[in-house]
Amino acid sequence: MNEILSQVFSAGTFTQMLRSATPVALAAMGGSMTEHAGIMNIGMDGMILMGALIGVLGSYVIGSAVGGVAAAVLFGILVGLFFALFVVKLRSDEFIIGCALNIFASGFTAYVSRAVFGLSGTSGYEIDYMRPIEIPLIKDIPFLGEIISGNTALVYVAWLLILVMWAFVYRTPYGFWMRASGEKPETLRTAGISPEKMKWLSSVLCGMLCGLSGAYLSLGYLNGTFVEGMSASRGFIAFACVIFAAANPAKAYLAALMFGFFDAIGLRLQNYISSDLTSAIPYAITVIMMVYVVVSKERKRRSLQPRHDAAAAQPPAEG
Amino acid sequence: MQETVIRLEHITREFPGVLANDDVSLEVRRGEVFALVGENGAGKSTLMNIIYGIYPPTDGSVYIRGKKVETFSPRNAIELGIGMVHQHFMLVPSFTVAQNIVMSREPRRAKVFFDNRRAEEITRQLVKEYGLSVDPSARVQDISVGVQQRVEILKALYRGADILILDEPTAVLTPQETAELFRVIRHIIREKNMTVILITHKLGEVMAISDRVGIMRQGRLVGLSDTRDITEREIASMMVGRPVLFDKLERSGEPGETMISVEGLSVRDNRGLVAVDGVSLEARAGEVLGIAAIEGNGQSELLEAITGMRPAISGRVRIRGRDSTGLEPGQIRALGLAHVPEDRLATGVDPLADVSDNLLAGRQRDREFNAAGGLRLRRSSIERYASEVYRKFDIRGAGLHGAVGSMSGGNMQKVVVAREFSHETPVLVISNPSRGIDIGAIEFIHTAIIEKRNEGCAVLLSSADLDEIFRLSDRIVTMYEGRITGEFKPDEITKEEIGYYMTGSRRKEELAPNETAD
Repeated sequence: MNEILSQVFSAGTFTQMLRSATPVALAAMGGSMTEHAGIMNIGMDGMILMGALIGVLGSYVIGSAVGGVAAAVLFGILVGLFFALFVVKLRSDEFIIGCALNIFASGFTAYVSRAVFGLSGTSGYEIDYMRPIEIPLIKDIPFLGEIISGNTALVYVAWLLILVMWAFVYRTPYGFWMRASGEKPETLRTAGISPEKMKWLSSVLCGMLCGLSGAYLSLGYLNGTFVEGMSASRGFIAFACVIFAAANPAKAYLAALMFGFFDAIGLRLQNYISSDLTSAIPYAITVIMMVYVVVSKERKRRSLQPRHDAAAAQPPAEG
Repeated sequence: MQETVIRLEHITREFPGVLANDDVSLEVRRGEVFALVGENGAGKSTLMNIIYGIYPPTDGSVYIRGKKVETFSPRNAIELGIGMVHQHFMLVPSFTVAQNIVMSREPRRAKVFFDNRRAEEITRQLVKEYGLSVDPSARVQDISVGVQQRVEILKALYRGADILILDEPTAVLTPQETAELFRVIRHIIREKNMTVILITHKLGEVMAISDRVGIMRQGRLVGLSDTRDITEREIASMMVGRPVLFDKLERSGEPGETMISVEGLSVRDNRGLVAVDGVSLEARAGEVLGIAAIEGNGQSELLEAITGMRPAISGRVRIRGRDSTGLEPGQIRALGLAHVPEDRLATGVDPLADVSDNLLAGRQRDREFNAAGGLRLRRSSIERYASEVYRKFDIRGAGLHGAVGSMSGGNMQKVVVAREFSHETPVLVISNPSRGIDIGAIEFIHTAIIEKRNEGCAVLLSSADLDEIFRLSDRIVTMYEGRITGEFKPDEITKEEIGYYMTGSRRKEELAPNETAD
């Protein structure tokens, strides 16, 4: 038992937590943008998957991982524009478009991947990927150093983005407009600002961040490998994180960390329990998270009744 | 004479199938309060939306301070110094007062960051300059409707408006808040030489505050006058297109036995909060009991609980002496209650069904109207019944077999009233009977309510319109935050006074025993 515990709470677990959490966190920060703009974006999974493919493809064609990341981000912008075209401009149902995007992504990536790399995928191809970065001094700190240092660049970019996205949403006029475009669009319109433009912007930002997320998956997490369906529902987990965090990008990152933590523990426990069970852990946690959100919202709502406590405490009438 | 700040020339605006504005020409002068009156759908809001640039006119031109408007957009209107306070406030609930006021012209730090401290400072300055008090850091969702309106006005002023359009500003205000608003309007006109356009259908307010009045009917401007040269009655007649009497309603008979009795009733609203908190009241035969309350103070939930549309958490309701707590709406109706609900489109009519089916609804199981044990409707007797009711209540528009959804609000409301009043029940529960309908229909419905009262019905009436409550009620109870705060005879109290009870700043002690602790 002690052996299991020391395995589970080793520095390696926390390193794995960061690795698992980063793609979810990047997408969740993007999803926070569309959520604030009042768009229910369930298409993030497809956006991640396409980002993963374009990352590998870009890296293969350009010959550098940085080029691959740039290609994934640029393609993410295109996907965001495409999403906004239907959802904002043509006013289609965002749920349907999100579904369509996911289905399209799985078909599109499989097709392109097989056409370019053949049936056996990217194995056997020389694809530049993101190498871990050792940070001098910090890497020598016991335990923490091992976790903080030695990650790929996008892990650190994600940290930077926590601050940037949070400041954008809560500390700039554009963030205010974007939130207003979701909460009360007419307010913006009568102020002479187009709420649609803010929705377009949110969609493009989400596309970019999901592109980054995908690029991290294929070029960072899997060392330059594309596997069909490799997003593995991370887009939906990210969506859960968005809801859990009430679309606050910083809180969404923390929610993703929680997911990453349980994912890492699951991987550790594989040595002791069937991997079929352990790999279900993060998804089960996601469900519990969502139940928690709903229950705590309900409780908060009920507690918002000053002055009426006496009556509220009375037992309900029979029947 | 003061300069002309707005000149409209032959404004026409068409929407698919509707001519909202038809060749309207008028001028508004600097430093005046111009009242624009008309019934719902007369085209007042359309005209103002054109001035504010929400959409362009189909034909005609707008001149602001002598310059022709070429681009119609809110941004352009704001630049021309026009501010508009919409009937439904344009505020973001989760933002603070200051954040709402500066929206689109935010003070910034380092060019990209929102400067919240400056925003609050700006708000405090505006508050001082215009004497409208608001708390800059309060969230809009936590402040009252009256304060929200102040925020809207301050927002327009911050954007540099010197022509202020107010769309039905008093619809949601208490008498005190209305008086306060008028004080502000007078202040900005006197001190800043601004111009105010007031859209309203309350004629008392037109007489009280405006310098000139324009009257619209069916998209056309049918009257334009200095306010002092015209009477309320003349304006009303022009709005409707025929003389409106508003005679004193004849009352007869004495109140009889108790028909509705409510004891210690508590009810939750849709959010799960306690909306009605231990309310007790009684309505007797041959009287109209009016409930005066500002929207959202539990009156809707109270009526829904009495009519069985919402469960009670505690307390008892008796209809004609029979306990009706927890019964289904249909069972309660069977005890002799008819109900004109608050939201006619959602619960009053089936907009897709035709007029005769809507008039029949609730009586479809009567022997008279169906045969073969409910398998077959007797179409000919339904036809006879519906056309009789249709005539009696002077319903116009769709015809007996047109869809109710295609009718005007006034006629739709008449369908609801006609159906419910034809049930010949001794108890009537009526909620906002004249909301959003024209003066002619209001007159008709008021007369019908008093007729029912004189016949010996008990009428429980809730209305957001204080004039209506005063005109119809034999007794008035005020509600605030789910509790009854007072009971009055209409001739014993003024509207201003009753406003204090509706806002909870006064209450009659003996009616609020729960309050003794504090």
